[in-house]
Amino acid sequence: MSNWIEIGAVEEIPKLGSRVVETAKGDIAVFRAADDHVFALRDSCPHKQGPLSQGIVHGHTVTCPLHNWKIDLASGEAQEPDEGCTGKYETKVEAGVVYLAL
Amino acid sequence: MKEKLVLVGNGMAGVRTIEELLKIAPDMYDITVFGAEPYGNYNRILLSPVLAGDKTIDDIMLNTLDWYEENNIKLHVGKTVVDVDRKGRKVIADDGTEETYDRLLLATGSNPFIIPVPGHGLPGVIGFRDIKDVDTMLGTAKTKTHAVVIGGGLLGLEAANGLKIQGMDVTVVHLTDTLMERQMDDVSGRMLQQSLEEKGLQFLMATQTEAILGDDCVKAVRFKDGLEISADIVVMAAGIRPNIELAEKIGLHCERGIVVNDTMQTFDPKIYSVGECVQHRGETYGLVAPLFEQGKVCANHLAKFGIGRYEGSVTSTKLKVTGIDLFSAGDFTGDDTTEDIIMKDVANGVYKKVVLKDNKIHGAVMYGDTVDGAWYFQMLRDGTDVSDIRDHLMFGQAHLGDAGHGGENAASAMSDDMEVCGCNGVCKGDIVNAITDKGLFTLEEVKAHTKAAASCGSCTGLVEQILASTVGDYSDTPKKKAMCGCTEHTHDEVRHAIKHNELTSIPAVHEFLEWKTPDGCASCRPALNFYVLAAWPNESVDDPQSRFINERVHANIQKDGTYSVVPRMWGGVTTPNELRAIADAAEKFDAKMVKVTGGQRIDLFGIKKEDLPEIWSDLNKAGMVSGHAYGKSLRTVKTCVGEEWCRFGTQDSTGLGIKIEEMTWGSQTPHKFKIAVSGCPRNCAEATIKDFGVVCVDSGYELHVGGNGGIHVKATDLLARVATEEEAMEYCGAFMQIYREEAHYLERTAPWIERVGLSYVKEKVVEDEVGRKVLNQRFLDSQDVFKFDPWAREVADAETRKVYIPIKKIG
Ligand code: SRM
Ligand SMILES: Cc1cc2nc3c(=O)[nH]c(=O)nc-3n(C[C@H](O)[C@H](O)[C@H](O)COP(=O)(O)OP(=O)(O)OC[C@H]3O[C@@H](n4cnc5c(N)ncnc54)[C@H](O)[C@@H]3O)c2cc1C
Ligand code: SF4
Ligand code: FES
Repeated sequence: MSNWIEIGAVEEIPKLGSRVVETAKGDIAVFRAADDHVFALRDSCPHKQGPLSQGIVHGHTVTCPLHNWKIDLASGEAQEPDEGCTGKYETKVEAGVVYLAL
Repeated sequence: MKEKLVLVGNGMAGVRTIEELLKIAPDMYDITVFGAEPYGNYNRILLSPVLAGDKTIDDIMLNTLDWYEENNIKLHVGKTVVDVDRKGRKVIADDGTEETYDRLLLATGSNPFIIPVPGHGLPGVIGFRDIKDVDTMLGTAKTKTHAVVIGGGLLGLEAANGLKIQGMDVTVVHLTDTLMERQMDDVSGRMLQQSLEEKGLQFLMATQTEAILGDDCVKAVRFKDGLEISADIVVMAAGIRPNIELAEKIGLHCERGIVVNDTMQTFDPKIYSVGECVQHRGETYGLVAPLFEQGKVCANHLAKFGIGRYEGSVTSTKLKVTGIDLFSAGDFTGDDTTEDIIMKDVANGVYKKVVLKDNKIHGAVMYGDTVDGAWYFQMLRDGTDVSDIRDHLMFGQAHLGDAGHGGENAASAMSDDMEVCGCNGVCKGDIVNAITDKGLFTLEEVKAHTKAAASCGSCTGLVEQILASTVGDYSDTPKKKAMCGCTEHTHDEVRHAIKHNELTSIPAVHEFLEWKTPDGCASCRPALNFYVLAAWPNESVDDPQSRFINERVHANIQKDGTYSVVPRMWGGVTTPNELRAIADAAEKFDAKMVKVTGGQRIDLFGIKKEDLPEIWSDLNKAGMVSGHAYGKSLRTVKTCVGEEWCRFGTQDSTGLGIKIEEMTWGSQTPHKFKIAVSGCPRNCAEATIKDFGVVCVDSGYELHVGGNGGIHVKATDLLARVATEEEAMEYCGAFMQIYREEAHYLERTAPWIERVGLSYVKEKVVEDEVGRKVLNQRFLDSQDVFKFDPWAREVADAETRKVYIPIKKIG
């Protein structure tokens, strides 16, 4: 059973940017793509735990700020040739408000 | 219904085109491939190492049958296409198989030229072209002894070397008296022959074959001068002929090859052609690098993107015989209009000749020491003016202070477990395995797969050497180097378009230049943001989301996700008050370390992102601003104490340093920019390894540019000597402005000056007084926009401050 938690207005996340949700189990990075799709990943790169929330977003991908791995926002998977995966969370946007399934 | 694409010829050029097509338009066509050979696609180049016993057939497969299946490609192996019905749009194979097409791609390669002397049809007379030929040679070598290779070109010598290693007695017969005369001059050709003789090969030079003798198989070869030698196998390596049999039969216009235009289209617009079978602008090619360029252009047109033209290639040559290093490119013979620079040390087996025309490299041939082949070749293709480096051109790139090329053939001397890339911990063995297992061809591919040379880049030269020694010559760097995968355009083209078409935002650039990806990528977006700002400081708006995190949050990210904070200390001078504020901030925000940097100021480490605005606010209150330690911007102006205190000081170096820092701080530059001012030639501020360095002397100021103390240490070049501080500052502004306007993003001043030449910079900044003043004025004008404290701005703006804190805290 997913439990939808209200995060805030879409507008509060910069386009092609990200905001962090702090939780007891670690940070979650919530991304907003140019097309207003919202994604959420564990804020920890599969490579060396870089904070993905601080990376550059392009398309539905984020480039990690530490060593430039490219992580798919929808699946959390690293793009070839790198290998690895970070946890993903379901998101939905209703009436301009972002919800996260925890 | 998808359109149908049929490829005839399952070789290197054709399949590469399909790979390029799948990358950009994976679902556009139903693809069918016909190959006359009974295998998947293999790396023909590596037949030489297979013959020499260094590799097996399995090692050289590029695309196995599984690959075709995974990509939904229908493959007909072992079927030769014998006809095409151009009206009914279908191809017909020798076994009767038929396939219809909407687009047809011919990549039939070429055939070895078999000299039509009597006896040329005897069993045992072969070319050196495919797996079958190699099998024949290996089989013969097991039981027989005498081999004759006709033709002392690249292919002939590689065949001869392989047969010799397999234990045969090999005689190479060559028509002229210089081996590889199309690639070598007399001197290097003779040196080559001598080394091959030392390996045990025999040569009959200036000799013409008259007949091949034998009844049911070869027995001997007879020459025009009457000499006869025994032979169990004869390898004809006298050249290749484009395979245009099918094209001619179906009425396509052919000359020496199938004639195509710049988009790789034949005279029938439904039919494209690439590879050795093609004739483009009168040229045919026999090396893979140009064929891959053709493939890329062809794929682009098949995908209906319609950009990219093939404009012909300059090629270079290497011989894949272990222990022999030779390289040649361009026109190395020269004529009345050219000059030669030659370095010859026959005893040490080294010979280099570079042919110059109007101070540009026109051709090069090297024997023995070929480390710099790729470098000369790059300059040849770029048309680089070498006047400034002419006096040390022959000593190579290592001599210019560019590391990674050091040591003659360093790569082949390395063992597999030696580290090549210090940043990513990649060993030679990892690179070699990736190249062979994944079938990599270019530096870019090796970077992507192994991460070698993908970080600081200082091992690039070494990686290129490994690539060359593992796969033969693969330097397929296109003449035009696109900014990144998101566009076909080069940095210079993009900068030009931004300036001349008044493009003042990243989306405007994307639209005007038809970017291939919607938002670009982490590599082009920061570059475009800078280019737009640099060209239109007043009209454009900075885009924080297109900046690397450090520049976005005005601090340096650490490996644990915290940040470091460096306030500016003008000219390295501080006060008790500032120090007190720094100490207070360090305690209040729990800095994990306080460190004096290499740039004469203090760094506070381990600050949490959400605390940044507050620590800035505290530092601001004590009168301090951001040190831009994170920026592609002026970093610091390092100074020494100078005349005010030092017994040797000639001028007020500290004071001038502070003035320069006050003028240049906050500036946007292509890469970071460092300045120093030393009070006398003892140079305690290390001004001669800075981007702009001032060394004070009794009569005034020496101005130095293009130094670098980082990855490749490089001392500055002297730009000019001036008498006053005002002049020193004017030169500084003008120099920074021309660098800002013309260098590529992430190109420090040292490589930029190496690329454009010091003379060019002097012409603009020193010789042209009016031009200098105009540049300096443009610099000062844009400083009106750029010179602000980003910390204070962020602190003041409640909206942006929010970005530093979590959007929500749960639990
Ligand atoms: C803090 C400092 C080291 C120190 O503890 O002293 C430093 C720290 C970093 N340097 Fe440096 N460099 C520091 C002085 C230098 C110097 C010495 C100097 O400036 O006199 C050099 C050689 C001189 C030069 O640049 O020509 C230097 C050459 C580099 C390079 C190589 C640049 C090159 O062109 O080869 C890099 C990599 C890059 O910029 O791409 C680099 C990159 C870095 C980065 C920013 C790495 C990164 O991208 O995150 C480091 C940030 C560390 C951090 O966690 O904050 N750092 N770095 C120094 C800050 C100076 C300042 O006050 O601003
Ligand atoms: C031993 C050797 C060493 C080499 N070394 C180097 C090197 O170091 N560097 C370098 O750059 N280049 C080298 N080359 C050259 C390079 O291999 C060729 O330039 C390249 O393979 C040409 O590609 P292609 O696709 O045009 O032709 P190919 O790779 O020959 O492919 C053509 C394919 O089409 C098939 N075919 C032809 N007609 C038909 C038909 N009617 N129906 C079906 N199939 C058909 C052929 O059987 C063949 O498989 C070397 C070549 C050889 C033989
Ligand atoms: S501070 Fe500079 S030299 Fe030291 S580890 Fe970081 S980048 Fe390397
Ligand atoms: S931690 Fe993300 S790329 Fe290294």
